Amino acid sequence: MAGSIPIQIKTAKTTPAERRAVKGSKIVPVILTAIAILFFILMLIVPLISVFAKAFEQGANLYFASITDPIAWKAIKLTLITIAITVPINTVFGLTAAWAIAKFKFKGKNVLITFIDLPFSISPVVAGLIFVLLFSTSHGLLAPLLNAWGLKIIFAPPGIILATLFVTLPFVAREIIPLMEAQGTTEEEAALTLGASGWKTFWLVTLPNIKWALLYGIMLTAARSAGEFGAVSVVSGHIRGLTNTVPLHVEILYNEYKFSAAFAVASLLTLIALINLIVKNVAHWKIKQQSKI
Amino acid sequence: MNLLIKPFKIKQKSVIPGFGITMGFSLTYLTLLVLIPVSMVFLNSAKIGPAEFWEIASSERVLASLKISFSTSFLAAVINVIFGLLLAWVLERYTFWGKKLIDGLIDLPFALPTAVAGISLTTLYSQNGWIGKLLAPLGIKVSYTPIGIVVALVFIGFPFVVRTVQPVLESIDLEVEEAAACLGATRFQTFYRVILPELLPALITGFALAFSRALGEYGSVVFISGNMPMKTEITPLLIRTKLEQYDYAGGTAVAAVMLIISFILLLLINIFQWWASNRHKVS
Amino acid sequence: MERNKKAKNILKISIASLIIIANFVSFTGCAKETSKNRGDSGEAKSVTLLNVSYDPTRELYQEYNEAFVKHWKEKTGQDVTVQQSHGGSGSQARTVIDGNEADVVTLALAYDIDSINKNKEILSKDWQKRLPHNSTPYTSTIVFLVRKGNPKNIKDWDDLAKPGVEVITPNPKTSGGARWNYLAAWGYALRKNGNDAEKAKEFVKAIFANVPVLDSGARGSTTTFVERGLGDVLIAWENEAFLSLNELGKDKFEIVVPSVSILAEPPVTVVDSVVDKKGTREVAEAYLEYLYSDEGQEIAAKNYYRPRSEEVIKKYTSQFPEIELFTIDEVFGGWDKAQKEHFDDGGVFDQIYEK
Repeated sequence: MAGSIPIQIKTAKTTPAERRAVKGSKIVPVILTAIAILFFILMLIVPLISVFAKAFEQGANLYFASITDPIAWKAIKLTLITIAITVPINTVFGLTAAWAIAKFKFKGKNVLITFIDLPFSISPVVAGLIFVLLFSTSHGLLAPLLNAWGLKIIFAPPGIILATLFVTLPFVAREIIPLMEAQGTTEEEAALTLGASGWKTFWLVTLPNIKWALLYGIMLTAARSAGEFGAVSVVSGHIRGLTNTVPLHVEILYNEYKFSAAFAVASLLTLIALINLIVKNVAHWKIKQQSKI
Repeated sequence: MNLLIKPFKIKQKSVIPGFGITMGFSLTYLTLLVLIPVSMVFLNSAKIGPAEFWEIASSERVLASLKISFSTSFLAAVINVIFGLLLAWVLERYTFWGKKLIDGLIDLPFALPTAVAGISLTTLYSQNGWIGKLLAPLGIKVSYTPIGIVVALVFIGFPFVVRTVQPVLESIDLEVEEAAACLGATRFQTFYRVILPELLPALITGFALAFSRALGEYGSVVFISGNMPMKTEITPLLIRTKLEQYDYAGGTAVAAVMLIISFILLLLINIFQWWASNRHKVS
Repeated sequence: MERNKKAKNILKISIASLIIIANFVSFTGCAKETSKNRGDSGEAKSVTLLNVSYDPTRELYQEYNEAFVKHWKEKTGQDVTVQQSHGGSGSQARTVIDGNEADVVTLALAYDIDSINKNKEILSKDWQKRLPHNSTPYTSTIVFLVRKGNPKNIKDWDDLAKPGVEVITPNPKTSGGARWNYLAAWGYALRKNGNDAEKAKEFVKAIFANVPVLDSGARGSTTTFVERGLGDVLIAWENEAFLSLNELGKDKFEIVVPSVSILAEPPVTVVDSVVDKKGTREVAEAYLEYLYSDEGQEIAAKNYYRPRSEEVIKKYTSQFPEIELFTIDEVFGGWDKAQKEHFDDGGVFDQIYEK
């Protein structure tokens, strides 16, 4: 790449005005910003508003009635349990996998990363299907075992958690691997040569460096755990108050012609997503402040 | 398993500890949660024999759905690259009111359940929806056409491009651009010759992520696509349709085709990324 | 400062791991508890039934379950809880095949219940003979829902095949209701053209050429028609048409009854292997039998299903107009045959779409 940037050199007269040209004249940024904001509003803000508009279409009373409904609460509880289990497990996995991949050189790394990525590009339908093929009590691979022990995996909370674990597996790893790779190993090596233990090095050197990316990964994992629909819908069995997560409850309400209620519960998910985003942004901002000092 | 153990020995020496334990844990977890479940698809489609497998995979309806899935995903990914780059650029380089808000909300499509996204997009873009109403007089139909699929896929995919491009853009020193400008490059030249090459790996990664996510997307698309066989039927829906007909063999066969495609795609991305970063280091 | 941060980090991790452990413990705990419950549910005071049903029966079973719980309490003193699961008929049957432990299934068509036995026989082969009327305590038929004032003047099946009319129906491959729609149209065409199958195929093809959206389920189609404002006519279950009329506006839609339609029979049965394992056979059978009681029939009629009981139907004659109805056995020789001929891969429906 070196030397591959043959910039045509005019007889250089670099006035301060021209230097500012990098930041641009007034018109181009304005146009670009306008297009970007327009796209953003059309693609994101309008759908977002429409969720809340629909939710409150029939008044605030109905809104609060639908989100305090006991069956809605059971769905919320199941979703929270799912998040509480998937996030820590996949965070630990993400950290260990990233450590192995980013800090060492070995053959087959690309294949390994690809396997980590796989759940991300697999269709949620297929993600659900594979657990059915594994745990179906009639023709699943583990059917004899499940029947012998009287275990139920799919159509019960464990199946929902497994599917969610699968779907959210790549997020933490994927967020921190590139960063850890970019940061290289020099800092860790220095710490180690100075006599720090491996753990200490990880805690004091690596972790502070990847904090933000890690948080972002965790946020994505939590968000996806809360919102996963396709895969969970295949393994859930849709039993009211037992195996319905919040997104499935939304679908049910929608199918019962309770559109406002459906959007009310959906807005709850949206709110969770927004809070998630706020937390992440505050953290991001704080870290930036720290690094400035 | 043997294949996987091999690299242990070939692994280059390093002072950094913990390779064994982290690698061991990662591989175990991956095997249990990804490899074994995913291999079920192949195990099950192997039951039907290669001839029948081929017959299912090359049937007209499957091919049509693959064509739709690929073309809409590709188009959506291209749109996402353009607008994602634009958004990232605007967010990193300019200051304007509400910038923080936009930056914070970019991730919303990740966080919003796909079904909710599907329902609200369909509501918006159908003929009596807020946006659909405006487009109807122009003769543009969005909901229940391939355009609708693209809209949904753009929605779920654009944070990928923004979020992969943003950090790179942040890391490119303004001084490099200033230097280029000092050397007399026009703004377009600076962008095209200096910034774009730096951004290219991130753009391609973002493209690939958006593309592969779009290929598998189900929740948001089923609401807006109209699900017409041969016209707006995406492959994941076809799999679901086959399952609904108790055709597990057919469903898993199509799933296997999709899996192979995703795997190859991802592998290519990762090799490309690895190559790009290595090339970068050398230069 | 630095040490403080480290301590915080360690704290975070330990909290995280505590959460993991706590969750696992609570989960295994939960699992044990439920299995205990299950073990002695035979004699215990309370019993739980799972009814796996299809989409349009939500309102029906919500009301019926309450009535049955009361009835069972009065009769035996036992508390019974009925859990409900709804979805597309085919996908619901699939969850039962794969191990969703339904005590009773109440699905859209007999073929779906037959399919439950496809991999493993978990219910008696002659299930349909166990209860009166082919094990269908209520029936329905297929009618049209049009916009107020019937602007396209839709009267009968012929009007659906006319160019310029947009027809909304779900996908027969994924929706049980849509299969009834399709077969009703086919049966009408056969009758009109002197049993000419080629002509019937042309006719159905013309109808489907007018379909702009194929939702995967009956409820999805209703939403498309009602909420999205798409299409001129919705082919729907009679009960769904009534329900959407009442739920979503009598001032916006009206029902058109075609001259001929199909007798849709959504059957019910007990899943033998499950009730025997859980020891719930007695209550599960009573649950289904009570559907045939006066109260059960009344509830069905109130929810716009045509009751089997002559007495109850007399009370509701104004609600259910007279239509000439044919059965699937008469015209198509049963579900198995109809399914193979029309809806399996490569069948007539596929041919319509693949040119």
